[in-house]
Amino acid sequence: MATVSRPLAYICCTLALCAAGLSAAQDKDPTAAAIEQYRQMLADGNPAELYELRGEELWKTKRGPKNASLEQCDLGLGPGKIKGAYTQLPRYFPDTDRVEDLESRLVTCMVQLQGFDREEVTKKPFGSASYQSDLEALVAYVVSQSRGMKMAVPQEHPKEREAYQLGREIFFYRAGPYDFACATCHSEDGKRIRLQDLPNLTQKKGAQFAYTTWPAYRVSQGELRTMQWRLWDCFRQQRFPEPKYASDATIALTTFLAVNANGAEYAGPAIKR
Amino acid sequence: MRTTVLAFAALAMALGIAPVSAADTDPALLTKATALMEKDFQSRGIAKVERLKQDDVMSLCTQYRGALPADVAKRVQAEQMATIKFPADGKYMGDWKNGDKIAQSGRGATWSDKPDTVNGGGCYNCHRVSGTELSYGTIGPSLYQFGKLRGGPTEANMKYVYGKLYNSQAYVPCSNMPRFGYHGVLTEAQIKDLVALLLDPESIVNQ
Repeated sequence: MATVSRPLAYICCTLALCAAGLSAAQDKDPTAAAIEQYRQMLADGNPAELYELRGEELWKTKRGPKNASLEQCDLGLGPGKIKGAYTQLPRYFPDTDRVEDLESRLVTCMVQLQGFDREEVTKKPFGSASYQSDLEALVAYVVSQSRGMKMAVPQEHPKEREAYQLGREIFFYRAGPYDFACATCHSEDGKRIRLQDLPNLTQKKGAQFAYTTWPAYRVSQGELRTMQWRLWDCFRQQRFPEPKYASDATIALTTFLAVNANGAEYAGPAIKR
Repeated sequence: MRTTVLAFAALAMALGIAPVSAADTDPALLTKATALMEKDFQSRGIAKVERLKQDDVMSLCTQYRGALPADVAKRVQAEQMATIKFPADGKYMGDWKNGDKIAQSGRGATWSDKPDTVNGGGCYNCHRVSGTELSYGTIGPSLYQFGKLRGGPTEANMKYVYGKLYNSQAYVPCSNMPRFGYHGVLTEAQIKDLVALLLDPESIVNQ
């Protein structure tokens, strides 16, 4: 608990400073400048580090019915190789004969290597104030090992190419009581919902910025949120039914976004409002 | 095949339609993606899987990426216009103050909302509406001083705003705006309050 209090106290402090900054920035003009300033201040002291540390411990600890660690987990670059692995996901895995994103692959390893039950592992993937998610911590640890490296998501295997194409269809798919698609909010430059900037995910620049800053610690929720969470909460607000965790549909959509972000330097886990 | 695509692109550009590549309109791919979503989405709370089912307009707007060919657009517009139920009492305007509450609320229809949650219009999410609320989105055009700039609550203006809120696709096919009346997201009384918000000279929108 002592390890938690310091960064949180730091954030409270930066928020207070930010409030002062906001009023100053508003004098000369827009909210945009103040929001940018708020983001910069947040970036200094990211509680995501705590998740990374817990994830590293989980990765290296022998757990589950098979009493094994995840150190032999193959994230695509070979067993145990995690440096840069996230920059090449989602990708095709011959052993499961499907395209997997990081979260799906972590579940695969927890089932195959540690003997956990798939249903159990995926039942409650997202943490809350009263519940810690192992998957969120593991994700934080693995992605931190790709920080500063260039996104290079493969499109060699036919199933990887198909995942991209299906993901694009899902992105443009309009349905539900609000007639929304992902594209409704994310296919034009410079748009906002309320004061929240919306990345244009159909263009390289927008996709690169968005994809390389997820997963992220969400200050408003006090949790580290993964890419699967990001899509899940977007679909909620899109008024869609619930996407199943680490399902093929979510992996296809992630592939579409990740490939569009290729070439950019990975910068997660980031920190967001 | 290549010539056909190029010819189509040239035709599309001549008609002022954004070019759509052959891959974008591959019906087999859309069918496959739809099947994938049906497999991988589940009902939760009030958000049932049936919501994935597309009507004609949703399907066309998906297929053409929002840029319908002129003849299709004309047909869609007429069909959507026919769905609009204008108020039986002939009154279009309600209470603008209530309208602003509806405009401010983005609640409703998600799987975390209750069946009895009163839906909001979420107007400020995408539009500037009043002159005083600075937290507004920019996906849609500014509506600030909407009535003042258009001659106020004339019969034509009221009917247009009511119809647009009821079914935006009747005016702009593949508009990003939800069809609030068509889907039953907002009630007739709520739509009337929003008409007042935009057109009543007393409304904060028109100050």
